[in-house]
Amino acid sequence: MDAAQALADLTEISSQIESAVLFDEQGAVLGSTLADRGAAEALAQGAAELLEEAAAFRSSEAAVTQLEASTHEGSVFVVRDGARRIAATTGASPTVGLVFYDLKSALRGTAEAPPAKPKPKPQPRPRKKKEPVDEA
Amino acid sequence: MRRKLLGLLGFGTGVFAGSVLYRRSNGRRRDRVDVYFDDGSMVSFVEGSPEAEKLLRVARGVLGTGTP
Repeated sequence: MDAAQALADLTEISSQIESAVLFDEQGAVLGSTLADRGAAEALAQGAAELLEEAAAFRSSEAAVTQLEASTHEGSVFVVRDGARRIAATTGASPTVGLVFYDLKSALRGTAEAPPAKPKPKPQPRPRKKKEPVDEA
Repeated sequence: MRRKLLGLLGFGTGVFAGSVLYRRSNGRRRDRVDVYFDDGSMVSFVEGSPEAEKLLRVARGVLGTGTP
């Protein structure tokens, strides 16, 4: 599924999500629900900054997988899965679990299909040893 | 008369308790940031802490740009 399709499905499923952007680890926008490209880039940049700043508060090696910033104006959600990230904004007091679930589903939907495993070659059957003919 | 008074008192107490509960649940909620890590742990930074202020400033900026 491509990014545009995944985002279209996301906004159709979740009425709480006001805007969403899909981006990579460099912050490059892969898809967005925002019509303005500049706004989509700013949203991706802000979300990447949130992930980076949040990770800096942790001394251990653990990486940030998701975060929610809740304010009176609304909430910002960021979910990370490998190199892909998705960020979304909602109004105030959203259903947190549901928004995270929908974002993860959208992110999974855009993940590239794993390469097909090569079919294992059939093993040749071991040859039967010829029994020595008894010449007696 | 006394019964009526007791009823009124009970009603008043109920209304007061209800309003306290309502204000508690819908009162001013503090801004916060919940961060989840890949080891299963979660940290919540509440408004007022230096960590939260830093993250909330970025989040407010994001909310400003994220308006469709």
